[in-house]
Amino acid sequence: MRFFSTSMFRGLIAQVAGTVLGMGLAMALRVVFGLPLSSPIEAEDAHIREVIVVVGVLVGAIAFLVGSGVFTDWFKWARGEETSDDHTPDPSKPNWMRYFSVDFDHKVIGVQYGVTSLLLLLFGGIFAMLFRIELSGSGITFLNSEIFKVLLGYDGPHLYNTLMSLHGIVMIAGILLGVGAMSNYLVPMLIGANDMAFPRLNAFAFWINVPGAAILLSSLFFGGFDTGWVGYPPLSLRAPLGMQMFLIGVYLVGLSSIAGSINVIVTTLTMRAKGMSLFRMPIFCWAALATALLQFSATQLIGLSFQLVMLERLMGMSFFDSLQGGDPVLYQHLFWFYSHPAVYVFILPGLGVISELLPVFGRKPLYGYRWVALSSFGIAVVSFFVWAHHMFVSGMSPFLRIPFMYSTLLVAVPTGVKFFSWAATIWQGKTIFKTPMLFALGAVVIFLLGGVTGPPLATIATDLHLHDTWFVVGHFHDTMFGGFIFPFVAAIFYWFPKMSGRMYNEKQGKIQFWLMFIGFMLMSNLQLILGLLGMRRRVVDFDAALGFDTMQLALTIGGFMVFFGMLLFAYNIIRSWTKGEVAEGNVWDSRSPEWQKPNPMPLHNYEQPFEVVGEPYDYGLPNSRYVNMNPAGGSPSAH
Amino acid sequence: MIHLLIVGVLVVVATLGLGLLLTQTGILPAQASQQAITIDWLFNIHFWFIAFFVALICVVIVYSLIVFRRKAGEKGDGVYMHGNQRLEILWTVVPIGIVLWMAVIGGQTLSDVERRDPQAITVDVFAAQWSWRFQYEVTTEEGVRTAVASDVLVLPRNQQALLRLHSQDVIHSFYVPEFRVKQDILPGGEEYVRELRITPNTNGTYTVQCAEICGQGHYSMLAQVQVVDGSEFTAWLTEQAADCNLSDVECGQRWAETFGCLGCHTTDGTVKIGPTWLGLAGHAVELTDGSTVTADTNYLLTAIVDPNAQIVAGFQPNVMPQNFDELLSQEQINQIVAFIESLGN
Repeated sequence: MRFFSTSMFRGLIAQVAGTVLGMGLAMALRVVFGLPLSSPIEAEDAHIREVIVVVGVLVGAIAFLVGSGVFTDWFKWARGEETSDDHTPDPSKPNWMRYFSVDFDHKVIGVQYGVTSLLLLLFGGIFAMLFRIELSGSGITFLNSEIFKVLLGYDGPHLYNTLMSLHGIVMIAGILLGVGAMSNYLVPMLIGANDMAFPRLNAFAFWINVPGAAILLSSLFFGGFDTGWVGYPPLSLRAPLGMQMFLIGVYLVGLSSIAGSINVIVTTLTMRAKGMSLFRMPIFCWAALATALLQFSATQLIGLSFQLVMLERLMGMSFFDSLQGGDPVLYQHLFWFYSHPAVYVFILPGLGVISELLPVFGRKPLYGYRWVALSSFGIAVVSFFVWAHHMFVSGMSPFLRIPFMYSTLLVAVPTGVKFFSWAATIWQGKTIFKTPMLFALGAVVIFLLGGVTGPPLATIATDLHLHDTWFVVGHFHDTMFGGFIFPFVAAIFYWFPKMSGRMYNEKQGKIQFWLMFIGFMLMSNLQLILGLLGMRRRVVDFDAALGFDTMQLALTIGGFMVFFGMLLFAYNIIRSWTKGEVAEGNVWDSRSPEWQKPNPMPLHNYEQPFEVVGEPYDYGLPNSRYVNMNPAGGSPSAH
Repeated sequence: MIHLLIVGVLVVVATLGLGLLLTQTGILPAQASQQAITIDWLFNIHFWFIAFFVALICVVIVYSLIVFRRKAGEKGDGVYMHGNQRLEILWTVVPIGIVLWMAVIGGQTLSDVERRDPQAITVDVFAAQWSWRFQYEVTTEEGVRTAVASDVLVLPRNQQALLRLHSQDVIHSFYVPEFRVKQDILPGGEEYVRELRITPNTNGTYTVQCAEICGQGHYSMLAQVQVVDGSEFTAWLTEQAADCNLSDVECGQRWAETFGCLGCHTTDGTVKIGPTWLGLAGHAVELTDGSTVTADTNYLLTAIVDPNAQIVAGFQPNVMPQNFDELLSQEQINQIVAFIESLGN
C-alpha cells in the first residue's frame, strides 16, 4: 500500500487526470470560440479529435511533474520558503520507496534512469521480436492475426510499420536513459563529488522521462504511425494520431537530455577532487563530458523539427509540405543535425566504459590515455559536420554531398585511435575473464564491425547502392550494440556491487554473454549481407523469389538469442540484488576511488574528501597510487 | 619481437582470407549497368580495407588473449607500458592519409557514375502511393507529339536513360539493385523534380523498388524493368504510341494497368489498399459515414476524379491520388469505368 504514496503513483494518477482535464479545456475553448467539436467529414473530424487529444496529453505531462513532486522545492523557492539541503532519506520509510520517489541522491537517480532504460529496452525488444516473427519468411502471416485487430484496431503492413518505427524510437529513448544512468551514477562517484551540481534539476531531468515514455508507448493505441523513427514529412503529416504521441514523447525525452547534460558539464568541470586535473580524471568522465556537450548543443534541433511537424499537423502551417509551399528536405537537415550527433551521444559513454574496464581486467595501463581522452572530443567535434551523409540520395544540392563525404570519412581517424589504443592496452595484458571484461571485449569486436562498415556508407557512389537497405540496419546495430548495449551490460555488472552490495551470478553472466555475442554476430552479419544483396529496409514482406527466406529465418533466430540473453540478464540482476553473495571491498582490485569505499556506496559518497596523487591506470607500476583516501589535514566535504 | 612477427604474418593471412571471402563470393547483386561497374570497383577497395582492419585488430587482440594468458596460479599485473607518442602520431596520421585518398576516389567514382550523355533518352517517372508509372514522349509518323504511359519501365541497352522523378504525394525512392543507384523522389512539382541517370548494359528483367518508406503499401511498391535491344525498344514504343483501337473494356483494362490502379484495386476479389473491383459495379456500397449508395456509373466516375468524396467503410481517405482528372482524358476515364462495370458480376 505504500506504493500509493510514491511519486511514481501520484504522478501517473495526476497525468491521467491532467489529460482528461486538458481535453476538457480544449473542448471548452473550442466552444467559447464557436468552433465545432465534431464534423461529418471524416478527415476534419479526425483533425478536431487530434487537437483535443494533443492538448490533453501536453497538460497531462505537466500534471505528472506537478503530481510527482519534482517541482515542489522550486515552488517553495518561488514563494520565498526555505528548503533543506540535507537529502538524508526518511528512515521510517523502506529503502525501495526511494527508487519510486523524487530523490536527490545521484546514485538513486542513476538507478532510476537505469531501470527505466532497461524497461524501455525490453519494450523495444518485444516490438522487434514481434516483427522478426513476421519477417522469418516471405508472405504476411503473423501480423495479420485476428488478435492484433482486436487489441489495436489495425494489423498487417500498418502494424509492421508501427512496430518497426516504435522499435527504433523506443530503443533510442532507452539508450538515452541508459546514458543518463551511467553519467549520473558514475560521474560524481568517479571524480570524488558527493552529488551532482544541481540535484533538483537532476531529479527533474529523470522524471520528465516517465510521462515522455508513457506518451511515446501510447502511440501504439492511437493508431500507430508508419514513418520509421525518422518521421519524414510529408508522410508524417498524413500519419494517424499516433504520430503526435511519437513527437510529444521524443520532445519530452529531449528536454531531459538538455537538462541532464548541463548537470554533467558543470559537475565535471567544477567538482573534481583535489589534485584531479582533467588529464587525471577516470577516462569515463572524458566520455561523459563530451557526450554532455553534444546533448547540450544539438538536442534543440530535434525539438524544433518535431515542434514544426506538430504545428503543421495541428494548425496547417506548411513548413515541410511542398504541395503547399514548404520544403520536405529542410526537415531532414534539421532532423539529422541532431540525430547524427545523437548517435555519438549513444556510443561515447559506452566507449568510455570499455576504456575504463580494459585496464582493470587486463592489469595494464590504458594505452595512450591522453589520446583516448581527446579522441572522444575529436569524435564529438567532427560529429557536428557530418549530418548530411544521411541525405546523399535525398535530393539536396548534389555538390553539397562532397564536403560531407570528406568530413564523414574523417570520423574514422579519432575512432581508429580508440581501436589502436584498446588493442595496445590488451596486448601483453594478464587478462582476467570476468563477465564485465567479456562484455567489454565483445563490445570492441562488435564496434569494430560497426566502424569498418562506415566508410562504404560514407563514399557517395557506394552509398547510392547501400542507402535505405539492410546494410544500414546492420551497420547501425553494430554501432549500437558495440557502443552501447554491450558496454552498458558490462557497466551494470561491474558496478553492481557498488549499487547493491552484492555480486551478480557469474555463471549466468557468462551464459548471457555467449548467447548474446553469437546471436548478435549471426543477426548483424546477415543484416549486412542482405543489404549488400540489395534488400531494402522497412518492408513487411519480400518476394520469395529473391531467395532471402533462409537468411531471414536465421536472422530471427539470432535476434531471439539476443532477446533471451537480455531476459537472463534481467533475471540475474533482479535475483542477485537481494540474494546475491555479499560483495566485500575492492572486488576488482581497482585503483579507482569508489572501490576504496565499502559496498554499497555510502549515502554521501565521500564524507572525507580524497586527494589524487598519481595516474589513474598505472597497473603494473609498483608502489604507485591513484588516490590517497585519508590525506592529512583533509578539509571537510565541500558539499 | 618474435610475437610481432607472428602477428604480422597472421594479419596478412587473415586479410587475404577475409578479402577473398568478401570480393569473390558474390555478395553484390548482378551488374546490369555501366554505373554498377564503377561502383563495384569502389566496393572492392572498401572490402579489402575492411578485411585488413578487421584482421589487424582481431588478430592482435585474440593472439594476445591466448598467448599472454594468465597461467594457472599466476599472480600479478601485465606489462607496464602507458603509451608511445610516436606510435600514436603514426596511427593518427596514416589513417588521415587513407581517408583523404578514399574521399578523392569517392569523388572520382561519383563523377563517373553521374556523367551526362547528351544523347540520353528521357523518361518521366511518376511515383505515387503505391504505384509506378513511366511516361515516354514520342513523335508519331504523322509528326504528332504524344505521351506514352506504361506500368513497366522499358529501357534500351547501352543507352543512357535520364529518369526525371516526380512524386504525387510523399517521398519515394527509385532503386533497382542491379543498377546500383538510387534517388529519392520528392513531391511538389517541377521545382522538386530530381534526375537519375542509368546506362543499362545487360538485357533482362529487373524490379524497381521504392526504397524510402512511404506508408502502408511501401513493401508492395514495385514495378518491372525490362532492358531490351535498341531496335526492340523502338518497336515497343511505336506500338504503345498507336491509339487504343480495342473495345472500351479492353482499353479500360490497359489504362488501369498502365496508370497504376491495379496496384491497390484487385480484379479477383482480394482486398488490398482499396476496394476490389470484382462485383463492385451495380452493387450497394457502405460508406464511412454509415450511409449506403449504389455503385452506378456516376459513383464510379466520382470515385476516380474525387476519391475523398465518398470513402468506403473500412478504407482510409487521402490514400488515392486526387488528380486523375488531370492525368487521364475523359475518354480514358470512361473506358476505365467500362472495365470496372464489366467486372460487376
